[in-house]
Amino acid sequence: MAEPRLAAASGAQGGRVDLTRTPTRRSRFEAGVRAALMAAAAVSVLTTLLIVGSLVFETIDFLGEVPIGDYLFGTKWTPQFAGDQQSFGVLPLIWGTVYLSLIALVVAIPLGLLSAIYLSEYAPSRVRKVVKPVLEVLAGVPTIVFGYFALTFFSPEVLNGVFGLGVGVFNGLGAGLIMGLLVLPTIASVAEDAMSAVPASLREGAFGLGASKLQVSLRIVFPAALSGIVAALILGASRAIGETVLVLVAGGQTPNLGLDPTESFQTMAAFIAAQARGDIPAGSIEYLTIFAVGFTLFVLTLLLNLVSIRLVRKYRQVYE
Amino acid sequence: MTGAQIAAAARRQTTVIPRRRRGEAASAWGFAGLMYGAVGLAFLGLAAIIWDFAGDGASVLSWDFVTSFPSRVIPENAGIESAVVGTIYLMLICAALVVPIGVMTAVYLEEYADGTRWYNRVIEVNIQNLAGVPSVVYGILGLAFIVRGPLSMGPVLLAGGITLALLVLPVVVIVAREAIRAVPPSIREASLALGATQWQTIWKQVLPGSVAGIATGVILALSRAIGETAPLLVVGAGVSLRFNPDGLDSSFTALPIQIFAWTQDPNQEFVARAAGAICVLMIILLLMNSVAIWLRNRYEQKW
Repeated sequence: MAEPRLAAASGAQGGRVDLTRTPTRRSRFEAGVRAALMAAAAVSVLTTLLIVGSLVFETIDFLGEVPIGDYLFGTKWTPQFAGDQQSFGVLPLIWGTVYLSLIALVVAIPLGLLSAIYLSEYAPSRVRKVVKPVLEVLAGVPTIVFGYFALTFFSPEVLNGVFGLGVGVFNGLGAGLIMGLLVLPTIASVAEDAMSAVPASLREGAFGLGASKLQVSLRIVFPAALSGIVAALILGASRAIGETVLVLVAGGQTPNLGLDPTESFQTMAAFIAAQARGDIPAGSIEYLTIFAVGFTLFVLTLLLNLVSIRLVRKYRQVYE
Repeated sequence: MTGAQIAAAARRQTTVIPRRRRGEAASAWGFAGLMYGAVGLAFLGLAAIIWDFAGDGASVLSWDFVTSFPSRVIPENAGIESAVVGTIYLMLICAALVVPIGVMTAVYLEEYADGTRWYNRVIEVNIQNLAGVPSVVYGILGLAFIVRGPLSMGPVLLAGGITLALLVLPVVVIVAREAIRAVPPSIREASLALGATQWQTIWKQVLPGSVAGIATGVILALSRAIGETAPLLVVGAGVSLRFNPDGLDSSFTALPIQIFAWTQDPNQEFVARAAGAICVLMIILLLMNSVAIWLRNRYEQKW
């Protein structure tokens, strides 16, 4: 161990003792370890900076060529055309993103919350042991597989075959509904965690006052876990908004401002993937659109994430 | 009140309550039906997905399918060797990068960082945020900084691996932190009291005690990485390559990319090949998940 250096600074001046430790080989090693670990932790911060950097600089270049008002409020998205036909209004992509996400959430929110209430309040532990892993498996299925399912089975066989809706090969309805299935486990598991964290004493108190199981679940546990549940919904929404391949495969690639879900839609994420696939020269306006749309998508999901993190922090009931 | 009166009152009570309860029972049954319906739909969805790709892909699956290269012309000869090899290489690169960085970050945040310092809070919030960034945005990062721009590697294996590693880094950090936090403080205190330094305590006590949880998390993160399509599309993975990658600077393809390319093909026989490739991808994921569950059950420490 490092001995404190008892360097008595000349006793005549009050006998002050310097108690600083001299660095030993061991303490230097410890400091080195600490620095290395901190450097590793900095990688994640660097990642964020690089993401923001890559998006911001190219987006500024993009806005140098396209006025920001035309970009944000334009209603025609036709970057692949030439000359006068070329237009960079991002609204159709934003609308496609929001619309498909809404379809997904209409499915995922009720199903996810009901599953969460069932798992947290009703399911016997034997059933839980089966249902939870199944939801985890569903959450682990790659999104391309969901896309394949929507394209080859759900749209042609279920939407057209069973319901006779006459949807196109690529359509917003099939992509949105299957996206709901994709988001369901996220919402269910986060909401279930929040409800399981509500202490048993609250439930027991309500039961003691004569409440039924249904009342306890909906009027005691659900409100008590509300911040976590809202966070679950936001997380689900942000997953739906960022979903790429499912929409690319099953939703089509047509920017669309309409309301008819049987038509083809394009979302921001799907546009990015489709555009980047084509071998386009760096610096061209087509290349820059990837970053402008990416920046828009990033800002949207970042806002949602920040709200959700804050909600969980701020309104989290702390139970003893 | 006489005994008879009490009994009458009690009887009145018992005649009142059931009527209220009948309405309650109906809504309880209704709600139970909704819950069973929700869970049932989730099950049905998963079953339909598996049934769909397994049914379409079963006829395609064979050893030849796994060991032949893709073909753009003849569907019967098209296989997935370059995609399987690419996916395995990507997984290895991703693991080599994400395990040290992720675990070190987790150790720093759990064992060293003073949570009241602003920079440590920045790191923490930042990781939570990164976990919510859409995967396609990581692809943009890879495209701008690794494929082109400062690193200018081109669309090569290493670029894909780094992009995927950055994508799953937050997942590894979050899971590793939980595993480290599960080691009780008394273990650390005992070690320190015996004269071990902080790093010795971490290396000899904390990490061995949490290795099962960390390994489980790493495997789950890697299984997420190899299922990702979007970032690899943006980074510029090749399609239907007729060679295996022969180095970090080689062009590559991966299973999800090959599946994507085949689903886009107008020829239905190629679409069936996509289902076959999905079967292979799902088998790989199933194996990885089984290993993770086995690890968790076999080595999990109970304190």
